[in-house]
Amino acid sequence: MVASVEKVGGSLGTVPGAPLLSVRSVTVRFGGIVALNGVSFDISEGHIVGLIGPNGAGKTTLFNCLSRLYQPTEGDILYKGKSILQSPPYAIAGVGMGRTFQNVALFDNMSVLDNVKVGCHSVSQAGFLKSAFGVGVGAEEARIEARARELVAFMDLLPYTDMRAGPLPFPIRKRVELARALASGPSLLLLDEPAAGLNHAEVDVLKAQIRRVRDLQNVTVLLVEHHMSLVMSVSDRVVAIDFGKKLAEGTPAEVQRNADVVRAYLGTEAHA
Amino acid sequence: MTIQQTTASAAAEAVRELLRGHGAVAMAGAAAGNLVSQTAVTAGPVSPVVTMSAAADGTTPGTHASHGSAPVAPPSGMRVPPAAMAPRAKKRNSLLWPGIVVALAASLVLFGGKGGWISNFQYLQLSLVLVYAIAVLGLNLLTGFNGQISLGHGAFFALGAYTAAVLIDRYNVNYLLTLPVAAILCFVAGYLFGLPALRLEGHYLALATFALATAVPQILKYRHIEGLTGGVQGINLVKPDAPFGLPLSPDQWMYVIVLLMAVLMFWIGRNLLDSRPGRAIVAIRDQPLAAITMGIDTARFKATTFGISAVYVGLAGALHAIIFEYVSPDSFRFDLSVAILVGAVVGGIASLPGALIGGAFVQFIEKYADAATKQFTNLVQLPIELEPWTIYGILLIALIYVMPGGVAGGLATLIAKIKRKRSVS
Ligand SMILES: Nc1ncnc2c1ncn2[C@@H]1O[C@H](COP(=O)(O)OP(=O)(O)O)[C@@H](O)[C@H]1O
Ligand SMILES: [Mg+2]
Repeated sequence: MVASVEKVGGSLGTVPGAPLLSVRSVTVRFGGIVALNGVSFDISEGHIVGLIGPNGAGKTTLFNCLSRLYQPTEGDILYKGKSILQSPPYAIAGVGMGRTFQNVALFDNMSVLDNVKVGCHSVSQAGFLKSAFGVGVGAEEARIEARARELVAFMDLLPYTDMRAGPLPFPIRKRVELARALASGPSLLLLDEPAAGLNHAEVDVLKAQIRRVRDLQNVTVLLVEHHMSLVMSVSDRVVAIDFGKKLAEGTPAEVQRNADVVRAYLGTEAHA
Repeated sequence: MTIQQTTASAAAEAVRELLRGHGAVAMAGAAAGNLVSQTAVTAGPVSPVVTMSAAADGTTPGTHASHGSAPVAPPSGMRVPPAAMAPRAKKRNSLLWPGIVVALAASLVLFGGKGGWISNFQYLQLSLVLVYAIAVLGLNLLTGFNGQISLGHGAFFALGAYTAAVLIDRYNVNYLLTLPVAAILCFVAGYLFGLPALRLEGHYLALATFALATAVPQILKYRHIEGLTGGVQGINLVKPDAPFGLPLSPDQWMYVIVLLMAVLMFWIGRNLLDSRPGRAIVAIRDQPLAAITMGIDTARFKATTFGISAVYVGLAGALHAIIFEYVSPDSFRFDLSVAILVGAVVGGIASLPGALIGGAFVQFIEKYADAATKQFTNLVQLPIELEPWTIYGILLIALIYVMPGGVAGGLATLIAKIKRKRSVS
């Protein structure tokens, strides 16, 4: 696939010095609803960026624009300085973005290991014909297998390796999804509410895991989260949106002090 | 992939091993593309992960403090060291019995034929079971594994059958050579039909394929291609003799050919499902949006799966024409499409061994349901006249209720239950 070749080449089409991700006045309308209204922000390489906002603020909509599942009505999205709005959705993984879904979208009837293997799709290329006859695909398949097993171990999922993903407990499923998103070695990882449904101890583990992912996998992270203490403690920068508009952007401390943010969001949940 | 072992997988593994042996030489040219892919996977942060899996075990001092022994998940106490995740041995053992089954099936010809206790007619029936099994498997790839419903695969069966018949009858092509031609034609037809069908979901796809199935007999009767297809009369063929003066009847010989083809097609199915494209096929069925996000070009994969599925069914059709020595438009009515689908559901959707059961179902239950209904009426002296096929319908409903996963799924559940009981006591 072209996308993966680009990935191997490393920096094909990269504009030097550009931020990793540039969201430029993105507007999304669904009929009468304005889900995103001229949102702009940049993400620098190596950062963990928190994206916060009340329910319905447009966070998931933004993720879906980045994944090319939604087409922005206006605006542009640049990845390493190049617009991705011309790329089909399936090319985004190859460009270097991996993601998880708010509601956990696993391949339920596949094993945990196979789920992670599918995550390797964009960085492998065995086609139908060779695979059908099992010819010339052994080496790549072995690499996929090794990569998947390493990530299963990395996310502490070894006991579940061969189990079907569907019936697993929710926190485990979230970790499987994270492992799957990491499989292609993305440069930007989009996490949509990874802490939802986790208890206190699990959130602490997640915090460590997100940092570990950033440090050891060399990924930049865009983190949508309601869990304030998690976002504020793990993020380098925070972007706050409400009703599709950006309210504030800055360090966690700056955003926490912002009057609009306090009113829109923290006001109700600051004590939680 | 949690696909149960197939009857064919023993032979499959053997051939795969063979191919690997020659891989280095034969595939030197093809290796170029593969090299790229290897780099692609390696280029990702594989080595960091290794250090990380160490970290996950709490052996890297630096990261230990930060995440260390936090209660990650219920079974966090059972962290398995990476060394313990090597085993792949369990796959080997399970190849034994499918191998035995295939060997037995092949040797049937040797002793069954000579002893005369398997008639030519019975060989034909066995062949038909395998032919339908190939077709059911093909539809299973599409419907069971990829989640696309087709009520029209009889059309590809017909295309394969007529390809073989026309080539043999009108152009004197060797019957074996008609198989690859049928495969290619059916792939193209299936792919092209699959492309626009991509926009259709669920019921609408079912409707479009239904239209295809009902159109086929009419197309075959079309006056202007009568010279080729023989119109309503169809085409009569003569079963090929066994070559090299082998002491086999034509029916025995074709049984061997069909058996080989079935093994080949099951082996290919297994290979595919265990591969990158195979996982993509299943991923699309389970979670299409996530599949796209993983980089899967779902449109291309779905159309290709449609094509491959048509290849299976088309090959089955071609073999059917050869062993049945006859094709006609009315052999490929809508019933055939339904029969293949019912075979897939009865055998077990998304199950490879289930396809074999489905094949037997199509051949035997379907063919004898009518007679069985009559016999049943006589036997219990029913005061009412049962419609033909009543038994079939009742059986089908009962089966779907009792074994929603098809016969293969039902058997698997049963075996699992027995095993659990044993381990408890
Ligand atoms: N596919 C869609 N069709 C119509 N409205 C949508 C769609 N997706 C999101 N929306 C609307 O856009 C707004 C933002 O939703 P979302 O991005 O899911 O919010 P968040 O993730 O911040 O909670 C909501 O009002 C939601 O109803
Ligand atoms: Mg959301």
